Amino acid sequence: MARMNMIQAIRDALDIKLADDDNVVVFGEDVGYFGGVFRATQGLQEKYGKSRVFDAPISELGIIGAAVGMGAYGLRPVPEIQFADYILPAYDQIASEAARLRYRSSGEFSSPITVRAPCGGGIYGGQTHSQSPEALFTHVAGLKTVIPSNPYDAKGLLIASIEDDDPVIFLEPKRLYNGPFDGRHDGPATPWSEHDSGEVPEGHYTVPLGKATITRQGEAVTVLTYGTMVHVVAAAVQETGIDAEVIDLRTLVPLDEEAIETSVKKTGRCVIVHEATKTSGFGGELIAVVQELCFHYLEAPIERITGWDTPYPHAQEWDYFPHPDRVVKALQKVMEP
Amino acid sequence: MTETKPLSLQVPEPSSRPGDKPDFSYIDLSAAGTTRRPEVDCAANSMRDLAFELVKVLDKNGDAVGPWAMDLDDAMLLKGLRAMEKTRAFDERMQMAQRQGKTSIYVQCRGEEAIACGQRLALKKGDMCFPTYRQQGLLIAQDFPIVDMICQIYSNAKDKLGGRSLPFFYSEREHGFFSISGNLGTQFMQAVGWAMASAIKGDTRIASGWIGDGASAEGDFHAALVFASVYKPPVVLNVVNNQWAISSFQGIAGGQAANFACRGHGFNIPSLRVDGNDFMAVYAASSWAIERARRNLGPTLIEWVTYRAAAHSTSDDPTKYRPKDELEAWPMGDPIERLKNHMIHKGIWDEERHTALKQELKDEVRAAAKEAESYGTLGKGPVPGIGEMFEHVYKEMPPHLLKQRKQAGV
Repeated sequence: MARMNMIQAIRDALDIKLADDDNVVVFGEDVGYFGGVFRATQGLQEKYGKSRVFDAPISELGIIGAAVGMGAYGLRPVPEIQFADYILPAYDQIASEAARLRYRSSGEFSSPITVRAPCGGGIYGGQTHSQSPEALFTHVAGLKTVIPSNPYDAKGLLIASIEDDDPVIFLEPKRLYNGPFDGRHDGPATPWSEHDSGEVPEGHYTVPLGKATITRQGEAVTVLTYGTMVHVVAAAVQETGIDAEVIDLRTLVPLDEEAIETSVKKTGRCVIVHEATKTSGFGGELIAVVQELCFHYLEAPIERITGWDTPYPHAQEWDYFPHPDRVVKALQKVMEP
Repeated sequence: MTETKPLSLQVPEPSSRPGDKPDFSYIDLSAAGTTRRPEVDCAANSMRDLAFELVKVLDKNGDAVGPWAMDLDDAMLLKGLRAMEKTRAFDERMQMAQRQGKTSIYVQCRGEEAIACGQRLALKKGDMCFPTYRQQGLLIAQDFPIVDMICQIYSNAKDKLGGRSLPFFYSEREHGFFSISGNLGTQFMQAVGWAMASAIKGDTRIASGWIGDGASAEGDFHAALVFASVYKPPVVLNVVNNQWAISSFQGIAGGQAANFACRGHGFNIPSLRVDGNDFMAVYAASSWAIERARRNLGPTLIEWVTYRAAAHSTSDDPTKYRPKDELEAWPMGDPIERLKNHMIHKGIWDEERHTALKQELKDEVRAAAKEAESYGTLGKGPVPGIGEMFEHVYKEMPPHLLKQRKQAGV
């Protein structure tokens, strides 16, 4: 076991896959010599050479288009998009190409690519370095979408994603890179080195895609969340003293419907929390799933806490970012008799 | 003080519209044999003139002339002629089949047969083409079983792609034919990626990317040139300039401001402008670019100047936007006629044998179409079942799709 922050855990996963599979290549803007703006690929070019880890032109379309071509050849590319906000120029290559190549060729060609991209707010990144675009990918058949919330999961999920034969959108909540926090930006944040989930086994292991995890067992209400909000929810739950069951979904597609169904049928109440904008956000999908599977078990309307339907603001970041107090209110409301 | 006049937007117009006299005076034509042939390892900036000349081998008399005239043996010439005629016979049959309701849509490559057939014959087994939907010649030139192509077009019980893809969106990995996408241009960047992978792995196989004049306006084209110039992977970048993108003439893609070959100059990529209706020129220019790629000298951009002799697709009526008699005025002739004349001129072919060849190919295509029809057509069935719709979305079907498949009645 080693103590790692999320960046170190991600780097470790890349290191392990570069070492054990010659077909793994890592590239993107600034990822080569420099090691990435968040340092996720630091030292990897030196270790594996320039033909395995290299800088790419500032062309997200080109980066993903190249990855699709490499995947068709038989490589297992792990391209990095510097910020998830920048991924849109590559959307055609992801949604129309990577996602459909297997389908349209009957499996003759596929895109075993893992697109890594830092997402989410909390670092004063403004409109262009803070967004959570997961719903743009969960809506596309053929893609898998993964969002870890801690170093242990990040490493295991990233290794599983790279080893997966389908295209995976791997969104890394950048606010969690160095340590979790409870959503109170003005309070002290525990570094990963002092947090339970900062314990990361050495060597190869996987966290399976499509499997949620229960981060807190409880009987009163089910909270469905992922990414940074896992920690915001934990703070809110603690504050209310409500016996909530918190589910960290980890993978949005394929979604662990079984875990959701089991928990909501047990608690009869549900709160959904994500950072992305509300309308057509993944929370809407979760509400639909819960009512399809658990309608007759529900004892209260489902509550949903999300980012507001505005672009991500700069100065008002902490008014946009779902605050633990909003989650507290939702928990209390859903518990009303 | 200078008076400032109101600004005005310039929207390019083609040289002629329906009712006008066709006018191809805008096309720069070099005489056959006059364009120099540089060494394959020459510096890109020493051959910039080649983007403005025209590589052309067959002259009006049917002679193969100049430095690009390769000494192709009779068997190769016949192979080329046969491939082009077979492609045309195939197109004619499928055009008719669409009109008879056997499929939903078809796209001919009439007039452009030399480009795909010529390049495929210059490539090696294992090389990977990333075609558009107008390069069926890439398969036909390597004697790919046309009955399989027709089964795909008919979306019948033997359609390898299970009815999931549009007609003629073939995928034939073993034949170096990448799965076709309808999102134009995407494959151009992917070809560069495939070639990068080949270089990363120390392979000897090369890639060939294809795009049309119209789709060269897509970002994928420009990204492909950036990546190709940066990493110098083994790739041949083909721009088929057939003058028309549905109803938009090549000027709407910027072809009036500058030709497509010289787009490579900004990236210092060796660039050729070639007579795409001249099989001998296609074979020679392709071989030149392929050798460069194979010798790790990097990418080559080739503009193939040609003319889309048929409609864009069975859903299109070109008389609505271009003169009816434009084809007759096209200055570069018909690729099949030109190679045929060369072979006759050379004394290895005659009209009688050609008529027999055409009949043989027509019969072969008809027989293949009949066989394919016995496995079904889109119009009359049987088509692949509903279950196929859920296959190959993911390698393994996830729970939500299993559930939906059940809901769909499978």
